[in-house]
Amino acid sequence: MERAEQTREVINARDLGVVACTRCLQVWPQGVQTCARCGRKLVQRDLKSLQRVWALWIIGFMCYIPANLYPMLRTRTLFYVQEDTIVGGAIELMHHGSIGVAAIILIASVVIPLAKFMAIAFLAISVTRPSTVSQSQRQLLYEVVEYIGRWSMIDIFVVAILSSLVQLKVLVAINPGLASLFFALSVIFTMLSAQAFDSRMIWDAQQQGKGQKQE
Amino acid sequence: MTAPAAPIPRNDLIVCPHCDAAYTLARPGHGERAVCHRCHTVLIMPRRKAGLQIIALSVAIVILITAAAIFPFLSIAVAGAHNSVSILDAALAFSDGPLVVLSLATAALIIFVPLARVLLSLYVLVPIVMDRPPAPQAAQAFRLAEALRPWSMAEIFAIGCAVALVKISDLADVSFGPAFWMFAILVVLVVVQDNFLCRWSVWNALSKPAKS
Repeated sequence: MERAEQTREVINARDLGVVACTRCLQVWPQGVQTCARCGRKLVQRDLKSLQRVWALWIIGFMCYIPANLYPMLRTRTLFYVQEDTIVGGAIELMHHGSIGVAAIILIASVVIPLAKFMAIAFLAISVTRPSTVSQSQRQLLYEVVEYIGRWSMIDIFVVAILSSLVQLKVLVAINPGLASLFFALSVIFTMLSAQAFDSRMIWDAQQQGKGQKQE
Repeated sequence: MTAPAAPIPRNDLIVCPHCDAAYTLARPGHGERAVCHRCHTVLIMPRRKAGLQIIALSVAIVILITAAAIFPFLSIAVAGAHNSVSILDAALAFSDGPLVVLSLATAALIIFVPLARVLLSLYVLVPIVMDRPPAPQAAQAFRLAEALRPWSMAEIFAIGCAVALVKISDLADVSFGPAFWMFAILVVLVVVQDNFLCRWSVWNALSKPAKS
């Protein structure tokens, strides 16, 4: 809004002695337990949130392993039955010459999920110790992870469309494999893990860091 | 409010939910936005007549979702063999054994969650726009609508269709049914409807009668 505010030091709600509802943004005096407007529990900082983040992160990661070991698609034609894992399918496509599609599949189902796991782990570790990455960059990273999280479901939807559409009796039929279930679970738990993270903690560490430097 | 001495909310302040930065509340005018200086989260973005526009879009979305779910969506033809599916068929593709859970989840993510969100926002917004007192349980309804927000994946399904089409277009002839076009429009409307909605303004409207 006004430019004058940009130069002013931004004050944390905690230092003002107020607590804000993270859902409806209503501001309450410190010590109020629940938001009377929307009913959400008010917490200054969700200290248990890191435990939830890690618990969900681990479940998500555990589901990601079978998602890569089991076949994602099962293609049955007149002559043979072929089962492809995620990586196997991409390699197959590469042999057939469609390197572009293979690259997209590898990026969407391998690189992005792994990057997401690493990003959430990095964020969760970075709020407990001093970090060299600036706060606004970490906030940006958090927002990117939250935004991209849902898009990983695209793999599941592609499998759903392929296996419902390609059902041509004896000629060719595509069926989903067990990996699709684990992949979906992995995506869902990663999303929950990212949602459990209290991003306000990113900005607390900044102030602690400043305090230490001044001393 | 059930507490013996109800705490007084600080209506002169606004706090960014992402970084906890506190500001004195200055209401932006129509078409302007209040943005957190520290992390650039949009806090308030009122629009003129947003309520009516959202209601109009919501009604359109309800009609389109219902139609898009039932009519044929895509059809495929290879060497005389032919198959056409609706969106519900696609969602229910995971039908054997443990994959049934996935079927139900997919159907929910593509059709039922977007539908539920739109119906809930209609329930909350119609009384507010008509200057009536909020509907009973409106706060709970809006809360649920917001909680469902990340799980509404219609637009992701649309991109998934594009990817699937690229994958099979050289194997077979794929043609689009009426539901495909409805779904394409639907996705645009869902995204626009979601971006028009100023959460802060809705919560503010919901809290007014409680105070007076």
